[in-house]
Amino acid sequence: MSDHETDVCVVGAGPAGALVADRLAKRGHDVLVLDAGPRFDGPDEDRLERMEAFVRSGDWRGVWEMGGERDAYTSEGRDYPLNHARVKGVGGSSLHWHGMVMRLHESDFERHSRDGVGVDWPIGYEDLRPYYAAAERELGVAGAADDPYAAPREEPYPMAAFPPSYSDSLFAPACERLGVDMHSASNARNSEAYDDAPTCVGYGTCKPVCPSRAKYTAERHVAAAEDEGATVVANAPVQRLDTDERGERLVRAVYADDGPEGGGGERTVEADQFVLAAGGVETPRLLLLSADEANPDGLANASGAVGRYFMDHLYAGTGGVLDEPTRQKHVGFNTSECHQFYDDPTAGATGTAASVPASDADCGPLKLEFVNYAGPAPTDVALDGEQWGDDLLAEVRESYGRFVEVGALVGQLPRAENRIALDPDRTDDHGNPVPRVVWNIDDRTRRTLARANQIQEHILAEMGAEVRWQVGPENTGPAFHHMGTTRMGTDPATSVVDAELRAHDHPNLSVVSSSVFPTSGAMNPTLTIAALALRAADTLHDALSR
Amino acid sequence: MRLTRRDALVALGATGLAGAGVGAGVLAFDDGSPADGDDETGADALLRSLAAAAEVLYPSGVEGVEEFVETYSLGRVRGRETYREGLRRAVSDLDAAARAWYGAPYADLDRDTRESVLRELGADTADADPEGRRGERIRYYVVEELLYAFYASPTGGRLAGIENPVGYPGGVESYRRGPEAARTGSERGDDSGDGGESP
Repeated sequence: MSDHETDVCVVGAGPAGALVADRLAKRGHDVLVLDAGPRFDGPDEDRLERMEAFVRSGDWRGVWEMGGERDAYTSEGRDYPLNHARVKGVGGSSLHWHGMVMRLHESDFERHSRDGVGVDWPIGYEDLRPYYAAAERELGVAGAADDPYAAPREEPYPMAAFPPSYSDSLFAPACERLGVDMHSASNARNSEAYDDAPTCVGYGTCKPVCPSRAKYTAERHVAAAEDEGATVVANAPVQRLDTDERGERLVRAVYADDGPEGGGGERTVEADQFVLAAGGVETPRLLLLSADEANPDGLANASGAVGRYFMDHLYAGTGGVLDEPTRQKHVGFNTSECHQFYDDPTAGATGTAASVPASDADCGPLKLEFVNYAGPAPTDVALDGEQWGDDLLAEVRESYGRFVEVGALVGQLPRAENRIALDPDRTDDHGNPVPRVVWNIDDRTRRTLARANQIQEHILAEMGAEVRWQVGPENTGPAFHHMGTTRMGTDPATSVVDAELRAHDHPNLSVVSSSVFPTSGAMNPTLTIAALALRAADTLHDALSR
Repeated sequence: MRLTRRDALVALGATGLAGAGVGAGVLAFDDGSPADGDDETGADALLRSLAAAAEVLYPSGVEGVEEFVETYSLGRVRGRETYREGLRRAVSDLDAAARAWYGAPYADLDRDTRESVLRELGADTADADPEGRRGERIRYYVVEELLYAFYASPTGGRLAGIENPVGYPGGVESYRRGPEAARTGSERGDDSGDGGESP
């Protein structure tokens, strides 16, 4: 006797799981969603208090209560701050995300064919194109079709783009002289009221909490799914997935009831279809934890690829100061980017009076971000220092106000040795081996980071800024986009899921996550996750209707 | 630069705690007693201590500190029992240290001595912790609380060059403006209504 019986069991209530649940519930299917973390919607929930706690403490991880034995992990290679990089709970990591939503380029789906590195996706841009448009509507994207380098699109964005900032206006003349094209940045936050969500008012703390709820979080689609009859169980970390006697079909998910009344007791869900949407770390971990007699290396893992090919985006940034106010920190998001060097990262640029030299290095895609929040905020200085009174004000004035920064994202290549494994020496609060993040970056990624720095240096020099810091190949860090660990492909010997996101080894198991990305690209992944989720929902609907 | 009661309400607006009609009665400090206004002496003493600390923490040219701190602090404690008790304990510890070391209530000490007391308590270097040791609690409830009220509000922010500081709503209106907006006072901040509503 199972505790729940349903058509579809979704594991994870982030954007991927919430969108699948919403779409399938709307089409009349019984859907149950399990999430390892809590709901952040109790009677005492106050997003302003969460924001204040963050501004006062700078504690990014604590805002959404990450950490402790539930979330324990280990790291090997480059240090990976996993619990800064994810949120468990209804809404998932979209609770703390930045809200940057760009479509991948056509080239991202053909990295091996074009560059001889990585692997191609088994689908192309045209397969995702209508789902990208749908995802932009679902998330509520503010943008403008002014990016000459973007993949082709046919429809306007659901909302107008946020206009360029004053800070952008300081970059613009230098970029024009250099021939570096600035264009709008697309944002999953409301430039006007959208559905029932309010217009952004600019608290400046998008990442890690938007008090006004103008930034999209998956809580919206969780609520919509529940309105359509879906059931969402919070504090329900899935312990394992059980298969039938042949080890093929999944029959149940077993979760620990960590709710206030549950005492950690085991509960079960039987379903026709199972959808894993727990992100690029917990998804492969659950498959590995579910090893059984017929699947001794873990579920969906005949290829041995589960957990392998872990990728993140790497940050490159160059910051400096001007001798004039630059008006940083009014908003917590960016309004201008440059995708000119995405498909052709080594090409030079020449403008009205200067140029960026070409490079002969072999590089991957990169995108540039003109940062609206460079340097510290007055509260950062005031709450962090030991000075008070007039001395403090002088320090605040010196520290705030004249910074500029150009950032960049670079995607790393899939390599089997970068992986999420089970740590044999450490267990979580339920006695399960914790994830071990084995992570390093490859030479091509390093070269691309260096190339991003080179372009950034030219921009800052052209605008007369004095460079104060740089994040590049040696000190780069992850952008918290977990990809590759259940890669999509046509060959069951080398990939985990097929082009429809169904596990090669299990006919009723789908994975909807950036973990299916075969090669990463350099765009923030959530819009692609959402597009894949909407596409998978169509496939699942067909399967459930048969 | 003069702080006003309105500035305090604006600062409270950023914390979501602004509201109408709070009197010193919410600070009734008899342990466990209801907030019935019978202990206004204790409440007044606490507010005087906080304002005295704020004069150390805020720039010297700022006027109206007492009224600002009173309005802000009363708004902060309303309906927040744990916070109220933590604040009471921290300020009580601050005052006790002043009496023990300098023989007078904290608010009666001169400004330099008030700063010394805070530093001798370690409130300049401690990590803020509402449940920590004495210096950590004073750092949390007195030092950082008052600095947050000031620098996350338009009045304090404007002194630093940002009339819509982080943690305060309005950046989406101000982010396109040039530096003159901070120097002259923006449409918000000076004229932003009662602070009880987000724009």
